[in-house]
Amino acid sequence: MSLLDVVLFLPLIGFFALLLVPKDNPDVIRKASLGISLLVFVASLGLIAPYWFSTPAGYTFTTDHSWISYPPIHYHVGLDGLSLWLVLLSTLLTPIAVLISWKSIDHRVKEFFAFLILLEFGLIGVFVSVDLFLFYVFWEVTLVPMYFLIGIWGHDRRIYAAVKFFLYTMAGSVLMLGAIIYLYNKSGSFDYLVILSQLQSGKLSLGSSVEQWLFLAFFLSFAVKVPLFPLHTWLPDAHVEAPTAGSVMLASVMLKMGTYGLLRFCLTLFPEAARNASPWVATLAIIGIVYGALVALVQPNMKKLVAYSSVSHLGFVVLGIFSFTQQGLDGAVYQMLNHGVSTGALFMLVGYLYERRHSLEISAYGGVATPAPNLAIVALITTLASIGLPMLNNFVGEYLVLQGASQTNFTWVVFAALGVILSACYMLWLYQRTFYGRASESLTHHMYDLTLREWAAILPLLVLMFWMGIFSQSFMPSISAQNASILRQTTKVMAQRQPSIPGAAMPSSPPTVAAAAVEVSNAR
Amino acid sequence: MPDSILMPSSAEYFRVLPEIILTLVATLIVFLEAILTDAQKKIYGTLSIVGLGVALVAALVANTDPGHAFNNMLIIDGFASFFRVLVIGIGIVTIFASTDYLAQEKANGGEYYALILYSIVGQCVMVTANELIMVFIGLEISSIASYVLAGYLRDDARNNESALKYFLLGSFATAFLLYGVAWIYGTTGSTNLEQIRTVLSSGMAPSLILTGTAAAMIFVGFGFKVSAAPFQVWAPDVYQGAPSPVSAFLSVGPKAAAFAVMIRVFMTAFGPLAERWAPMVWVCALATMIVGNFAAILQSNIKRMLAYSSIAHAGYVLVAVTAHSDIGGAAAMFYLAAYAFTNLGAFAVVTYFSRKGEKYVTIDDFAGLAQRQPAMAAMLTLFLLSLIGVPLTGGFFGKFYIFKAALDANLYWLAILGLLNSAVAAYYYLRILVVMYMKEPGASMDDLAPAGGALKVAVYASAIGTLVLGIFPGWVLDFASKAALK
Repeated sequence: MSLLDVVLFLPLIGFFALLLVPKDNPDVIRKASLGISLLVFVASLGLIAPYWFSTPAGYTFTTDHSWISYPPIHYHVGLDGLSLWLVLLSTLLTPIAVLISWKSIDHRVKEFFAFLILLEFGLIGVFVSVDLFLFYVFWEVTLVPMYFLIGIWGHDRRIYAAVKFFLYTMAGSVLMLGAIIYLYNKSGSFDYLVILSQLQSGKLSLGSSVEQWLFLAFFLSFAVKVPLFPLHTWLPDAHVEAPTAGSVMLASVMLKMGTYGLLRFCLTLFPEAARNASPWVATLAIIGIVYGALVALVQPNMKKLVAYSSVSHLGFVVLGIFSFTQQGLDGAVYQMLNHGVSTGALFMLVGYLYERRHSLEISAYGGVATPAPNLAIVALITTLASIGLPMLNNFVGEYLVLQGASQTNFTWVVFAALGVILSACYMLWLYQRTFYGRASESLTHHMYDLTLREWAAILPLLVLMFWMGIFSQSFMPSISAQNASILRQTTKVMAQRQPSIPGAAMPSSPPTVAAAAVEVSNAR
Repeated sequence: MPDSILMPSSAEYFRVLPEIILTLVATLIVFLEAILTDAQKKIYGTLSIVGLGVALVAALVANTDPGHAFNNMLIIDGFASFFRVLVIGIGIVTIFASTDYLAQEKANGGEYYALILYSIVGQCVMVTANELIMVFIGLEISSIASYVLAGYLRDDARNNESALKYFLLGSFATAFLLYGVAWIYGTTGSTNLEQIRTVLSSGMAPSLILTGTAAAMIFVGFGFKVSAAPFQVWAPDVYQGAPSPVSAFLSVGPKAAAFAVMIRVFMTAFGPLAERWAPMVWVCALATMIVGNFAAILQSNIKRMLAYSSIAHAGYVLVAVTAHSDIGGAAAMFYLAAYAFTNLGAFAVVTYFSRKGEKYVTIDDFAGLAQRQPAMAAMLTLFLLSLIGVPLTGGFFGKFYIFKAALDANLYWLAILGLLNSAVAAYYYLRILVVMYMKEPGASMDDLAPAGGALKVAVYASAIGTLVLGIFPGWVLDFASKAALK
């Protein structure tokens, strides 16, 4: 049993433990869930150890047990430079989600925190599964708690949003299940590594058209989750209706399941189809970037605004992934983490404001900076991070994505850069309308500054915004190494298929890129 | 003296011991009904459980000595044993779910238990039948008992409607079956499944058209019993009108047995014609899934919704039948087992919730159940998630194996459409979750007492079955893979 198993199963044990606590004692439940989630976080910090000074190749912390003998389904989990940071993101945000729900959730407290911890179990599982079947199981497991989180503790149209969320994801994922079964029928294994090595050695050869269908099945299921334009319509509903903790978990971690899947599975298992699809996908991503930003610009509801900004930001991630360049991939992964940190913080701030004023309409605010200066400063930093100001986290990711995309197709960058400019427009305008101006009487009456608990919840994210913006080198080497290996695998399978173009589009070596990242983040 | 009139050996009696035990217990209950006072009638439940338990053991033991019985009329192989154990298990859960209900309706008569047991005997005969006449006899024993059960509360108008509809349409369908059997006898000269197979595979059958028509008529008979479209119209009315525990029983027991016999007849006897009947089942499977799922969306009565859902699930099993492979057979077996536990559990919760006179059976009545009876709501959630096919439940692995079998058999379109169907199905199951968890309790919650002991046993046993099949599916699947018909 490795540390990773402990990190994975602690939340599940915690979930059952929470169910045993009597429900008439909400404070015990809150403290217990904070304790559990902090314990998981501390344990998960140990996972960084092998990655801190070196970049181990392949999976670490692997465990491989047979779960079902026939068809051979294994409990096979492992960690690499990509999943490490996403696991940490999940374990970091869960205690934060517990903290921000401390007061705002006052009915059916036990169920809420139990579902939150169960969600953490599913999320960690998605990021560490090596067995495709196991991956699918966790993928679906995350669906149930989130469905209840939105449906029970959400706002007015919560039921509509919850059902829409469930059905969209379900419709996408059943197709992925079909594709997974097909891969198993052809390869005799559910193990990602086994299937990959069979593809690379040529033992398993999918025809072009089959590969295209399988790619499409996986892609659709991930694209719904990302969400990629035009499959994004569930997202604003889910975000607006979800309770704050639900929005934070949804935006910060759950959307990354989609981009993680694209990067991990679509690129390596179906490289040719992925490359063929890249102009189409990139186009959709760019439409998403610009469209999301434009819609965000005109939103009167601040939660919806942040939700549409997510559509725009996730477009960058997808663009980076489908640029098929080292920088593009690095930027995409970094942007996944950045978005988790900064948009998570934005949703928290919206939640803080809502707790005070009980409105999500931007017009209900104005002048918040006067009664709540600390809140305003925190919000300013977060806003600037989200825009992509240098020294803050998003800048590094966006820059790398744009640089990577420019190597593939410069026109993409021209349009995508529009998104960066627009993000400054909608975010700064939001900030201006909310925090500046004269505070009305009723607003001042309701508004108070950050409490200790609120500080505790958002401080780790603020620290990360600077840290990731200035010392990207703490994170980048392991991500770069992993991305280089993903790109290598892509070309390997391609080379197997078409020996005529060996090592096509082989990217520049990782160390230079990592160095470039530092340069970028330290510039200006 | 020809072989055919040899007396059966003791080993052959041993192989049908479960049927013998069940018949004896059922008959004993009928006699006791005349003797016992009302207070003493409480023992029927215990007596039935004991009888079923012993029969279950006998069925498991009989599996250690597989073979034919009574002159090749019956066959006890792994396939038959699997389904015998399944239908007897269904019987046990049904009895547990029934006792509280019968007491509450003041209808604790011996005939209820006797009819359930007789029906199970009929299903056991069906799944062990090795020839078409035995199939017919088993089907009739099972069906006639079911007709009476559907109208068990004879003062209730809905019960009467349900029973009459079931009887009229059921008899009509059985006539098709019998007519088909007669034609088969005419074209192949046999009613024995293995001999029919020999004749058909040797190419000596006089007319493919006649044989094919006969096979189609037999399919109609079975299609009715499993509520496959377009022979499904009876199911919603019958399940809605019948007493809830009976609906639970009808939706799984006779269905599992009918699928077993359908698979055996079409895989064994008509196996050589598989390429010809598979397209027919293909269409039927798709139509059944679509009719079931889309009609279920529109329902407001939970029993009726579960009836349409059970039609849809029959469609999934038909996908496995269409694959006509041993993997498909094993998938169907696993699915029927998982579905049995899940649906029995769901109906048991409905039985508990509907209360006297089945007052509360609309979906909206379930509003706020999670706040009043969290354990029962959690159990119903588990069953619904299993019906949706969410991982870690039996229903998920059932679907998984079925669609795996379909893809194995190159049925890509059927698999894709089936998978999309299961996403559509999520919608109507979610509606119940919505009202249970996300709505405030209404008037329907006012007189809701905690569940009785026996009913709890039924619910928790079903839940354990659903979870075990969802987390350790290998145990059942290994057996099913070995036992599946080649």
